[in-house]
Amino acid sequence: MNGKDTPLAPAPAAPATPAPAAPAPEPRPNPLAHLPLPFQTADYSLKGYHLDATVQPGQVVLAAQLMDREGFSLDTITGVDWLAQGQMEVVYDYFHPGRGFRAVVRARIPRENPEIPTLSQVFPGANWHERETHDFFGIRFLGHPDLSPFLLPEDADYHPLRKDFTA
Amino acid sequence: MIVNEPNPPGSAATAPNETFVLNLGPQHPATHGVLRVKMTMDGECVLRAEPVCGYIHRMQEKMGENRTYAQYLPNTSRIDYLSAMTYTHAFVGAVERAARIQVPPRAEYIRVITSELNRISSHLVWWGAFLLDLGGFTPLLYAFDDREMILDLLEGITGARLTYCYYRFGGLYNDVDETFLKGTRQFVLHMRPRLKMYRALVTDNVILRKRLIGIGPISPELCRKYGATGPVIRGSGVAYDVRKAEPYSVYPELDFDIPAFPEGDSMARYLVRMEEIAQSLRLIEQALDKLPAGPVMAEKVPRVLKLPAGDYCYAVEAARGRFMVRLVSDNKEIPYRVKLRTPCLSNLSLFEEASRGMLLADALALMGSLDLVIPDIDR
Repeated sequence: MNGKDTPLAPAPAAPATPAPAAPAPEPRPNPLAHLPLPFQTADYSLKGYHLDATVQPGQVVLAAQLMDREGFSLDTITGVDWLAQGQMEVVYDYFHPGRGFRAVVRARIPRENPEIPTLSQVFPGANWHERETHDFFGIRFLGHPDLSPFLLPEDADYHPLRKDFTA
Repeated sequence: MIVNEPNPPGSAATAPNETFVLNLGPQHPATHGVLRVKMTMDGECVLRAEPVCGYIHRMQEKMGENRTYAQYLPNTSRIDYLSAMTYTHAFVGAVERAARIQVPPRAEYIRVITSELNRISSHLVWWGAFLLDLGGFTPLLYAFDDREMILDLLEGITGARLTYCYYRFGGLYNDVDETFLKGTRQFVLHMRPRLKMYRALVTDNVILRKRLIGIGPISPELCRKYGATGPVIRGSGVAYDVRKAEPYSVYPELDFDIPAFPEGDSMARYLVRMEEIAQSLRLIEQALDKLPAGPVMAEKVPRVLKLPAGDYCYAVEAARGRFMVRLVSDNKEIPYRVKLRTPCLSNLSLFEEASRGMLLADALALMGSLDLVIPDIDR
């Protein structure tokens, strides 16, 4: 953006991912291979994103800081309730305003104690996305300045996108 | 007996930096839809403007989890009701991507034509309403006059005037007819001189310029930190447009520019949208010229769709910015999760920081230049 942030460095030769076994080969190298994040290249034409990484819940802030340094913008944060596995998935979508690149970072947390650190100190835009995810899933974002209901009524004590929610 | 004290207690001069809270909305006429902003004011100055969202929250994402993909499709046109074509495009696009459905080229060209018509009609509503916010009534009438032509054209082929459900998984509900093609060409010819007239009537008006130039500057860095997209980030000089950044449909086959203005003020965002109308006309004309013959629906689209397990994203450039559908499928007939990433939520989220210290009237000009549609925020 405007020459201020460093553009994504071109990837060194070998991507860390195993050889693509998918039917549609995507030889596009991983331009974030220099980051200490376990990014796997994804087939954009099928998935709608280029890179995908699953990290430990404690690493999401570090991941956000690295993505911030690369000039990415936080697209959105959301949750997925995996009731059968007893887990909640937190999904962080990123896009690059200069390069149009899409990356996904995700983390799984235990369903009975869904807690994960907040990104709002890195991306202030995360504040509302996290509040919304707290509304819908009951995921607590540690260090968030205000997790009061965002879209739900102010006295809401339910989380409607949990799979065991009944009205 | 009156004691002539220099500053009697209770007078304004002795007030210790007194502030008050002003509630803007949820029904304030200066806000469109039911947005509430809790404003802490120091006189005329905004100390803190805190948007309070959720007044028309409908839990659209939960609705996505209890009906099939086809049954959910009409919901997507009711999120940003002014930009319904692009929103349904994102949803059918995500499903087509996951099910690997090939859309016939004719359908893609018609999608571009109708989406760009929709973009123009959306920008026209913004233009009229924004100027209404700023105290000019007449432009709204011109804008709605021109917009009416678009609504008539789209009504002719889709049956709806706002909440279109025209795009279907694999193509379109029906083909366009001669009336639409001829009418669209006529509209392009009609609209170009109108844009010149808009410029002479409004854009070059010194009162408008004084009201917008330098007001509510937003830096590219602020846009990036808050995820603001669309005319907001392009009004900060960043030519980010999903149609170019993550090309979809047949946009790569068409020639168009991404207008960006580096000033970052409300005028820049105004000029971006005005220039975008001209670019949309360009796109429509090209798509009409290139419109191939053939079917408008893919063959053998299953009546009941089951997407392979996994997650799928599809982003489009809606009138207000980046709209993305994120589907999670567990290989059942109904989605496991539908996430709607809407541009207005991110665009509004920077308002608190951007409006700090502004005069109230200027803050409203800033808010109008963000082009908010509230159901798009609340979903």
